[in-house]
Amino acid sequence: MTSLPTQSTGKKLGLVIDLDTCVGCHACSVNCKEWNSGGHAAPLTDLEPYGANPDGVWFNRVHSFEVGEGDTGRTVYFPKSCLHCDEPACVTVCPTGASYKRVEDGIVLVDEDKCIGCKLCSWACPYGAREYDPTEGVMKKCTLCIDRIYNENLPEAERVPVCVSTCPASARHFGDLGDPNSEVSQLVASRGGVDLMPEMGYQPVNKYLPPRPKVTNDSVHLAAGLTPTAPDSAGKFLQWVDRLLSP
Amino acid sequence: MHPAFSVIFFTVSSGAGYGLLAILALQLYVERLPQNIWFSWAGFVIAFGLISFGLLSSFAHLGHPERALKAFSQWRSSWLSREGVVAVLTYAPGGLIAIAWLLIPDIRNSSALPVWVEIAALFTILCAVLTVYCTSMIYASLRTIPHWHNGHTVIGYLVHAAMSGAVVYVFLSSLFGVLAMSAMWPALALLGVGFFAKTAFWRYVDSAPPSMTAESATGLTGFGAVRPLDPPHTSANYLQKEMGFQIARKHAARLRRIAMILSYGAPFIALILSAQTDDWLNPLLAGVAVLAMAAGLLTERWLFFAEAKHSVTLYYGEKSV
Repeated sequence: MTSLPTQSTGKKLGLVIDLDTCVGCHACSVNCKEWNSGGHAAPLTDLEPYGANPDGVWFNRVHSFEVGEGDTGRTVYFPKSCLHCDEPACVTVCPTGASYKRVEDGIVLVDEDKCIGCKLCSWACPYGAREYDPTEGVMKKCTLCIDRIYNENLPEAERVPVCVSTCPASARHFGDLGDPNSEVSQLVASRGGVDLMPEMGYQPVNKYLPPRPKVTNDSVHLAAGLTPTAPDSAGKFLQWVDRLLSP
Repeated sequence: MHPAFSVIFFTVSSGAGYGLLAILALQLYVERLPQNIWFSWAGFVIAFGLISFGLLSSFAHLGHPERALKAFSQWRSSWLSREGVVAVLTYAPGGLIAIAWLLIPDIRNSSALPVWVEIAALFTILCAVLTVYCTSMIYASLRTIPHWHNGHTVIGYLVHAAMSGAVVYVFLSSLFGVLAMSAMWPALALLGVGFFAKTAFWRYVDSAPPSMTAESATGLTGFGAVRPLDPPHTSANYLQKEMGFQIARKHAARLRRIAMILSYGAPFIALILSAQTDDWLNPLLAGVAVLAMAAGLLTERWLFFAEAKHSVTLYYGEKSV
């Protein structure tokens, strides 16, 4: 059923992405592609992978933006994947029942055996989280690594989405955003995490932590550290040389 | 948005088909169809032909057309599913009135229509209007595309379906020599209404304030203007090809004028000229009206898709949509 579940367990699994610490290395995207090429939604087809215009299905893409001007300007690396919305328009527009939101944890998935490949869900998603696979003729999207997070064959520490476990900067966090006491919810509260396009009302579960305030020259006096000095700690010989050479 | 030809043909063709079918049903209900049986055959065959051609053409853009039956299941939440259900339902009352009028001489020759034919005619009109309404809501319900997410989209689809159905009806009437002015006036009036509806639509989309910005899309409101630095991938991906269509905007103004002249102006003049003639020029001019309108509406529908901006383009350099 593409109607949204009427009851909920309150559990909302999702990601918290730290725009302050992300270094834009694309490891999350690459490892996502690697894992999911053999996972729940496999294959993630590539067209012309070694040709002039390689194109293919990815669940996670790292954009980079410049924001602000001059001293307040900065570069922001911006990973984007499915936000597993509480009001997922991609689910309700689906004519076949292929798209659904799980009652037990809020994950949005596609049942590829029911998908007719009409692409309407990709039109309804504001974030570009769904990509069409022309080879399979169906729509594909992030599964929040449904085949890892509950996978008892994996060591417990690895039961997180692969984009989270692979991030070298710890810029990605996974947990239950429906539980206000969870680590991820606490992180969102302490860092002022935000929704993307909150005005559109999709109520995304994934949150983004904004960049921390920029450290300016005024507050640390970096230049002061480079001014030549001869402090007392330099020793008597060097102080004598300093006096000798000073005009 | 990428203007897929299958969807453009589907909406124009099925719109005209449902318009024509509704007009045939209305005419049948109000004062019955002209006694010329060949006119009625042509009318119903062309109406169902346009509808069926449109539906089949919409299957052409599916990844798995063999699973199309599944698309009738989610009418509770999906406008696309609702459209499919009502589109197919229309064949039942529409088929009944066609059979009654075309194949049962007693009904054609009797002074009053049987009640079941009258009810079927009313249901045909209702289903045809509902189908076009559902088509329009597929687009109007998408908050991601402010260009479509407004009342003008619904009015536009309904008006253009009625308008194109009426012009085709006039052409068939004049082709079979049964043209009545009671059919000509609504066609001319609908061409005028279509012109004003499209003008209002373009005026609205050109002046509407943006709904979303690159700053809100990235959660960076308050940090300054957001602009793309490095692209996330080396060549255009599905999102850019499907949602980031750019070509139309270069020629948008000229294409709009072409659409306006062909959709409304040329058919209007051709129909008026055709009404002044009563020899072979009469159907010829009405045929010119149909052809010009078809070319115009295909252009208009192409622009409807190509000019629409999707919120995902905010991640690829668009400042606001």
